[in-house]
Amino acid sequence: MLKNFEPNKIFSITSKAPKYVLFIFIIIISIGLIEALIISPEDYIQSHSVRIMYVHVPSAWIALGTFSIIAILSFVIIIFKNKSFVLIAKSLAPSGLVFNIIALVTGSIWGKPTWGTWWAWDARITSMLILALFYIIYILAWRIYDSREKVNRITSLIAILGAINVPIIKYSVDWWSTLHQPASISIFSKTSIHTSMMIPLTLMTAAFALFSILIFLMKYNTELIKIKNKGLDRL
Amino acid sequence: MYGKKVKLRLLFLSFIFLIVALSVFFILKSLEENVVYFISPTEIKNLSEIDNKKRIRVGGMVKEKTVKLSQNEINFIITDFKNEINVTYSGAIPNLFSEGKGVVAEGYLNDRSFFNAKKILAKHDENYMPPEVKEALEINK
Repeated sequence: MLKNFEPNKIFSITSKAPKYVLFIFIIIISIGLIEALIISPEDYIQSHSVRIMYVHVPSAWIALGTFSIIAILSFVIIIFKNKSFVLIAKSLAPSGLVFNIIALVTGSIWGKPTWGTWWAWDARITSMLILALFYIIYILAWRIYDSREKVNRITSLIAILGAINVPIIKYSVDWWSTLHQPASISIFSKTSIHTSMMIPLTLMTAAFALFSILIFLMKYNTELIKIKNKGLDRL
Repeated sequence: MYGKKVKLRLLFLSFIFLIVALSVFFILKSLEENVVYFISPTEIKNLSEIDNKKRIRVGGMVKEKTVKLSQNEINFIITDFKNEINVTYSGAIPNLFSEGKGVVAEGYLNDRSFFNAKKILAKHDENYMPPEVKEALEINK
């Protein structure tokens, strides 16, 4: 496995990548927004507030996915003392937190007209809030500790322990009775979202994924520049 | 293939992970009563004693043709298709509240079959479809 890597070599690739990602992102988000806001039909019961779902669901998926990736990278960092994953994990966190907050806020905006409340302490919503707290602790830990060995270990441990929450979020709607509706999309059964609504949902998910890749690359490049400025040619 | 230290770290980390995961499991298990957002009419029927001072939430389906609107009160029946409970409520109801749809009522039990709601929340299910598709489904029924 990659034990060490040269920031210069990586930087020559990652510094060029953002503009291409941005280009594809703009195309997909444009089509996605037209689909989500204009072409896709209104829902039979919640009418136009269904459009909030096209932001809410992709954001929640990305927040969960990003945290899972951070946890897996952290596992490798702790067990194999892999240093090249450290910056990747660190750079993934901010966009994950932002999408987590977007999921919570849009959920709240959707909840008021549909459920009749802004907030409910049900299992899904609470576990999603806990995920946001884990993101915040993870990001803060990077700022608090100075010693490099120590900070790698502590942040990785936070991510690995936070991973316990991920299946809880996923299955909260099945394990307990919640106000939040159960999953509409599953690998093993038929999806209960109509095709005309799946199109914008898929496009928006792709767009948000590209956006988080973009933010990740920008953050990653900043971290690489920081290392170069410190005069370290190897991590 | 891997060094002794790697194996040791793996063992140590798995141990910590297992302990924390188990503690979380037991905490959630023992707090189950509080983790669930609402209870069903059947669970109310099976309650050993009823505390009509305690604010609780009951959830289920609004039984078809049971919603009765009077001057400043609304009456309906929440059912889980096994047992049901009568609900009385006065106040604003959410837009999605309708017969045959999910509902969560928050309030106090009068007895095992009468519930005095202080707040009504509509529950949305996992189905999303345009109105035309819904109509087609209704016709084909």
